[in-house]
Amino acid sequence: MNAGMFQPWMILAILPEIGLVLLAALVLAFDLRWHGKKAHRLGWLTAGGLLVLMALSLIFARPSSQPLIFGGMLRMDSSAFIFRMVFLMGAALTTLFTMDRKSANTRGEFFGLLITATLGMCLMAASADLVMLYLAIETTSIPLYILAGYLIRDQKSTESGLKYFLYGAVTSTVMLYGFSLLFGFAGTTQIYAIANQIKSGSLPVYLPIMAALLIVVGFGFKVSAVPFHFWAPDVYEGAPTPVTGFLSTASKAAGFSVLIRFFLAVFPEYAPTWIVMVSGFSAASMILGNVVAITQKNIKRLLAYSSIAQAGYILIGVAAGSTLGIAGSIFYLVSYLVTNLAAFGIVELVGRSVGSDSLDAYNGLSRRSPALALALLIALLSLGGIPPFGGFIAKLLVFAAAVKAGLVWLAFVGALTSIAGLYYYLNVLKIVYLYPTPKDSKPLVFTTPWRIGLAICIVGIILLGTVFGPWYSWTSIASTSLF
Amino acid sequence: MTNHLLSVILFFPVVAALAILVIPASRVKAIRWVSFVASLVPFLISLLVWLQFNPYQEGYQFEEQFIWYSAISSSYHIGIDGISLTMMLLTTLLTPLAILASFTISERVKAYMALFLMLETGMLGVFFALDLLLFFVFWEIGLVPMYFLIAQWGGEKRNYASIKFILYTMAGSLGLLLAIQLIGVTTGTFDLPKLMEIWKDKQLSIFGLSTSAVKAIAFWAFVVAFAIKVPVWPFHTWLPDAHTEAPTAGSMILAGVLLKLGAYGFLRLVLPLYPMESRQFGGALAILATLAIIFGALSAFSQNDFKRLVAYSSINHMGFVILGIAAAAWQAGSVNANLALNGAVLQMFNHGLSSAGMFFLVGVIYERTHTRKLEDYGGIYALVPVYGSILIFTAMSSLGLPGLNGFVSEFLVVRGALPVFVLPTALSMIGLFFTGAYILKALRSVLHGPVNEHLHGHLSEINLREILVIAPLMVLMLWIGLAPAWIVEVINRAVMFAFSAL
Amino acid sequence: MQFPLLSVIIFLPALAGLLILAFPESRKNWARWTALGFSVVDLILAVVLYLLYNTATGNYQFIERVNWLPALGISYYVGVDGIGVPLVLLGALVVMCGTLVSWRIEERPREFFSFLMFLGTSVLGVFCSLDLFMLFFFFELAVFPKYLMIAIWGSPKTREYGAMKLTLYLFIGSMVALVGALAMYFASGKNTFDMLELEKAGFDTTFQRLWFPFVFFGFAVLGGIFPFHSWAPDGHVAAPTAVSMLLAGVEMKVGAFAALRVAIMLLPDGARAWAPLIFGLATVNVVYGAFIAMIQTDFKYVIGFSSVSHMGLVMIGFATLTREGLLGAGLQMFSHGVMTALFFSVVGMVYDRAHTRDIDKLGGLVQKLPLATLGFIVGGLVSMGMPGFSGFIAEFPIFMGAWKAAPLVAVIAILGVVITAAYILLVIRRVFFGQASPSLDLAHITGISVQDKVVVVMLSLIMIALGCFPSLMTPILETGVDHILKLVGGA
Repeated sequence: MNAGMFQPWMILAILPEIGLVLLAALVLAFDLRWHGKKAHRLGWLTAGGLLVLMALSLIFARPSSQPLIFGGMLRMDSSAFIFRMVFLMGAALTTLFTMDRKSANTRGEFFGLLITATLGMCLMAASADLVMLYLAIETTSIPLYILAGYLIRDQKSTESGLKYFLYGAVTSTVMLYGFSLLFGFAGTTQIYAIANQIKSGSLPVYLPIMAALLIVVGFGFKVSAVPFHFWAPDVYEGAPTPVTGFLSTASKAAGFSVLIRFFLAVFPEYAPTWIVMVSGFSAASMILGNVVAITQKNIKRLLAYSSIAQAGYILIGVAAGSTLGIAGSIFYLVSYLVTNLAAFGIVELVGRSVGSDSLDAYNGLSRRSPALALALLIALLSLGGIPPFGGFIAKLLVFAAAVKAGLVWLAFVGALTSIAGLYYYLNVLKIVYLYPTPKDSKPLVFTTPWRIGLAICIVGIILLGTVFGPWYSWTSIASTSLF
Repeated sequence: MTNHLLSVILFFPVVAALAILVIPASRVKAIRWVSFVASLVPFLISLLVWLQFNPYQEGYQFEEQFIWYSAISSSYHIGIDGISLTMMLLTTLLTPLAILASFTISERVKAYMALFLMLETGMLGVFFALDLLLFFVFWEIGLVPMYFLIAQWGGEKRNYASIKFILYTMAGSLGLLLAIQLIGVTTGTFDLPKLMEIWKDKQLSIFGLSTSAVKAIAFWAFVVAFAIKVPVWPFHTWLPDAHTEAPTAGSMILAGVLLKLGAYGFLRLVLPLYPMESRQFGGALAILATLAIIFGALSAFSQNDFKRLVAYSSINHMGFVILGIAAAAWQAGSVNANLALNGAVLQMFNHGLSSAGMFFLVGVIYERTHTRKLEDYGGIYALVPVYGSILIFTAMSSLGLPGLNGFVSEFLVVRGALPVFVLPTALSMIGLFFTGAYILKALRSVLHGPVNEHLHGHLSEINLREILVIAPLMVLMLWIGLAPAWIVEVINRAVMFAFSAL
Repeated sequence: MQFPLLSVIIFLPALAGLLILAFPESRKNWARWTALGFSVVDLILAVVLYLLYNTATGNYQFIERVNWLPALGISYYVGVDGIGVPLVLLGALVVMCGTLVSWRIEERPREFFSFLMFLGTSVLGVFCSLDLFMLFFFFELAVFPKYLMIAIWGSPKTREYGAMKLTLYLFIGSMVALVGALAMYFASGKNTFDMLELEKAGFDTTFQRLWFPFVFFGFAVLGGIFPFHSWAPDGHVAAPTAVSMLLAGVEMKVGAFAALRVAIMLLPDGARAWAPLIFGLATVNVVYGAFIAMIQTDFKYVIGFSSVSHMGLVMIGFATLTREGLLGAGLQMFSHGVMTALFFSVVGMVYDRAHTRDIDKLGGLVQKLPLATLGFIVGGLVSMGMPGFSGFIAEFPIFMGAWKAAPLVAVIAILGVVITAAYILLVIRRVFFGQASPSLDLAHITGISVQDKVVVVMLSLIMIALGCFPSLMTPILETGVDHILKLVGGA
């Protein structure tokens, strides 16, 4: 692994990660100075900082010809690069949506934790070593546990934080056991080295399968796929809405980034086996998520189940196991990020103004604010897979991958369950557009950062759905880099 | 000959109808007169056509042909021979008279007149068409104005009668439509002159049936469609209702022209296209015709509604037309057949005159008394002698009194059919006896006997307009009755040209 | 570079839609006039397209192509053939008429007209698509305008149910078709969604037979094929007038068109193998649809079911795979589109004034609405297949085609004609003539507006003109049919 030995340019490759650490420190420092009075600035600082880091990443930290760095700890390839952009973007948007939330903006920790979680995600996407991977996962998870339970005076939020923590701890333990199994037999923690050993056949045949079964528990938890989804509805409902948005998008994307890299890198020999497994998870997620979502009365729970279902669709691409499939999954994640953040952004605004996340709060929303209703329409239809929005292209790509890989049944399951999906999305729209506005409805409070955030999301959804050429070619490059 | 006289006759009424739609609805008088004058134009042109028509020339005259529906090779092909010429004259004559008779209509005059003129186009189109598809087009189109005329301006049971009329006829046409499609599909053309040459020898098979079976089915599909229109017993049940409920002018046209469409269909399509089948099934047709004659007369006799009685008389009279056609079908090309056909065509014309006249006269009395019950009349001859005389005259024409037109045609039919079908014709002549019976019954109860007290002072004499309506009909009745040569010659030539080859 | 006529036609309505959304909500008239102005221009352009289409050369014309996603062989690829041109005209026409009849909408007109315009872009896009992906793109684009317009402006009792049922039915169909289309994409091995290329792909027979039903029936759901038709009456009835017009008039054609373009033209062997089933189902459509229409007591349901019945004839025409049948199907699509648009517009005019659609509670409307009555009668005559109107010249060739391909179908389906005549005449009589029911206050019924008159007159005249002069449209359709016949190899 000479290529991976330390060299000065490698610093440049992880410049954005270093920047994240600095930004977190900066936020915490300014928090002391601006405490209470000019808390607003913290949000702008965070969002601006993340934006700068995106630019830095784009200029200095592009994937190089020699991706494996730091002795094989990290692999800064196109996939890691794209995912990093996704995470930074997600964090920036979340910041914009959170800034005016009274309970959050007064304390700098919120943004600090957010940045730290983002750092962990970036490292997750790039990890090429079991130890690094585990550390990255925990760096991501622990801030998120805290964020989920951030509203300490709110019972639901505390419950959410605790639940998330307990589930997270258990699944990560199981996953760690899987890691140790691999390490114990292979004698190395570098995943590409492990892959070589599996290829050469020097390991017992059953071992990789067992390890895969254990590890998938951890990953499955992160992406909230059935049957590791139990935490999601409660946690999503209880956590502060922007955090929920972050959990459902960036955190899920992080989980997928690891899942994809790990399975493609370590177990290519066992593809038929894990394809069956992943297809099963995928089908179960789509069916369960979509069917249960129909009965939900709380929009956050509804979106939680929808998010489980979406994980199922993304898994279709993984199950296809082809470059097209992975590209489709990554495209799906990108489109899902902007879409779901937009949805949760709107939920945040309505919740903040009306004080409720129940579906009733949306009665006649279109009369109170036609623009907001339209934005919600765009977000929900994109989730439902309707053109000209990103979700349509994403669904089409994963279905195409499934058909190409011969998983026609999976494509049909996806196609048919998406009808249930459309049903409940339309139900929300019905409430928004059709039902009368309650007389005592409180006015909606719009703020500038929130507007900016939502505008970015909406533009993103439409761009992904219409001018999808460039986005697809990026995800395609990222996908190729994983093989 | 390439002028467009026929097209002008055919489409002038439609143009006039559209023009009438522009006149404000309140100017009722203007609408009436414009329609009347407009309907005279086709009549005058058809007189011109009659004069220019050369009866000694074989084939169709005044032909026009344009591609109409190229995709299925159907063309706008029209032309006339002596048979259609006669029918054209009948139509263009009866339409202005019917419009004149409708001057008493005061409700939605505009729509009424427009529909009437459109009806004329529909009827004329059938007589002109030399393309099977075009034939069907006009065949169906005529139903629409008639339906609305009955449904909107008809008597008490008009809803029932109009729906029955149109559904009966449309359902009857379904078989015709299917058969036309079948012909089009198998031959690739709808042009009648061409079809007459190729269709009878065409071999085809569907549903695994033999050619003869398929053709027999197609033959009956045609026959049923036309038989309903004529109507031949037992397809006649729509007729009494429709005739009775239709407004006076509607009944005139229904009986005068519309029924002829069915008979014309037999002549123009059934006999030339299905010579074999005609021969095969001519006997059955003759039996139906005989039954129509007898039952028509008996039913007419048992009516106590004046209009219904006249309606049933149509079944009786049209039976003779069919009897003539059946005879010609059975013995195509023979002298007897030609005689019978001559009689049939002339009977079509004559029945057009007499039935239109009868319905009109029923209408005249109905407008004054608002009853059609025979027992509500009585002895009105004393009150309205002019009307009474006209009624007697017209009824005698209908009855077939020698010296009037009905006698000539019925004689020809019977003379032609007797050697062919001895028994049916003999029975039909018994039917003729019943004809006399019901007509005399009607005359007796309307005109004679004790004067019905209710009518005193309410009954006014027939007026000038009404006389103008009936006068041309009476002139023709007498003229054909005394000197039929002018029309028989035309018909005879046409029949010879058209059917001697069969 | 030539003038991008098709793109302009497709996107003009969407542009209008965006523009309207940008207006302040209080400016209701701005929305109306913008919608009308754009749709009139669109109609004029569609007429220009119709006139400029060269029937001598045939094939696909006015082609525009821009790469969209080259990696997957997706391009923005538009062009029209002889089947598509009349449908583009139909789409533009009905959008304009829909705008006119919706003039009086006071409830959120801005959104209404905007959504209407988006729906227009969706249907026009499908008719012009030469790229399979793009076809789906435009096909699905219709989902939200359809749903929301029915749900918001529909008739209060059934709108939620009708809107959801319709949307989900159609979505199921399109999803199933989508999977089939993807299978075609990969099986062709050409890595392209270009339908002209896929036409030449030469899929093997087993593949075609396997996938044809998915693609065909997926799209045919929108065409209203039995037993997937039940969305149609419920949806049409629930929808506001303009949407009923567009749904029954154009959207159902979109389904039929897509079934033809994607399933039959790309999988001709499959079409031949499955034709008997299509015949069977479509015949049920025709006869059953007409029977059910006859027993309805709701004025609008009668028309809703009549659409089911008539679309069956289109499907029969497709299944014959003969020149006559396909030609007739093409004509029937146009004719039925215009006819049903007229029907629904008149139903809307009646309902707006009488506030009921119960046939028993209507009557005598001819006194107050003579022109609407006349329009409905013309529509009724078209519906009955009365010669002289466009219905006849469309149905006649369909039956001829059926005689060639499946004579029994012709014999059974023709029953539909007489049943149709029965229910149409009954409805005309009971709604427009006769005695008004006591609950209907004829005195307070006002005449129809100028906009409504324009719609009625225009649509009626088109059907009469086409019925009298079929060659106004047949040459164009024939070029399209020739192309299809080349693909299916039929006579």
